[in-house]
Amino acid sequence: MFKANIYVTLKKSIFDPQGKAAENSLVTLGFKNIRNTRIGKFIEIELDENDKNIASEITKEMCEKLLVNFNIETYRFELEEI
Amino acid sequence: MKFGVIIFPASNCAEDCYYVLSSLLNQNTKYFWHKSSEAIDTDVVILPGGFSFGDYLRCGAIARFSPVMERVIEFAGKGGLVIGICNGFQILTESGLLPGTLMKNTCLKFICSPQYLKVENNYSVFSKKYNSGDVINCPIAHNEGNYFADENTINKLEKNNQILFRYCDENGNVNDSTNPNGSVNNIAGIINIKGNVLGLMPHPERSSEKILLCDDGIKLFKSIIEFYN
Repeated sequence: MFKANIYVTLKKSIFDPQGKAAENSLVTLGFKNIRNTRIGKFIEIELDENDKNIASEITKEMCEKLLVNFNIETYRFELEEI
Repeated sequence: MKFGVIIFPASNCAEDCYYVLSSLLNQNTKYFWHKSSEAIDTDVVILPGGFSFGDYLRCGAIARFSPVMERVIEFAGKGGLVIGICNGFQILTESGLLPGTLMKNTCLKFICSPQYLKVENNYSVFSKKYNSGDVINCPIAHNEGNYFADENTINKLEKNNQILFRYCDENGNVNDSTNPNGSVNNIAGIINIKGNVLGLMPHPERSSEKILLCDDGIKLFKSIIEFYN
């Protein structure tokens, strides 16, 4: 079995007001030397599949079909054997 | 004329649409449950506002795969009239019936407020009863209404007169200070290239009778009925 750790993030060209608000708050807390704070999504999915290549293909398909909006987002993932 | 209103789990404006169409405009109106796979047998179908599937993952992303959406896509492909209001607009972009994406408001707040809109043109079946340049009042209530599309898509929308409504002030000024949510070019509502699919974030069904202080929205529905007749 594999666990897919999927990271969905906004494309670099997309302004992330949520990241900016979090960053402003961090600066207020005294973390002055920070920049480009971006907030994304982390998705974990367990796959009942023993072949890593197939697990990878399935994960990719799930991202392309539902989990990622390619107008504004991009993604990467890792497969972890469990 | 026959209207259909789709109900997804957590749609909360379906009854408002139904009321406006059946009680105020005396139109034959029916509901479609999101699991319905029957062909759309009405002339118009409305995807109402709400929080379908709790807005989980992305607004409209899960509703887009409800069985009824296959029928809506088929219906739109044959030229049927489709209106997506608020969450309905989000579902239409997720399903690819309209370009772009509705992102989180740049102010990071849920906005529930009266809103002035500029009617860009009255060439559309959805805007015939307005005059080009009319300023109308139509409330907004959303957290993700910040319309985004890449430059190429925006240029096409502008060139093909697909932008029907823009956020403005009471004098019709369209600029950053009259943009409530960060939408590119103050876009509040667009149509597809064929002109039979409309998506808009404001709620015409909530501004369709004087008791609600404003009835500017009812002209949108009247436009369609007039076109049909």
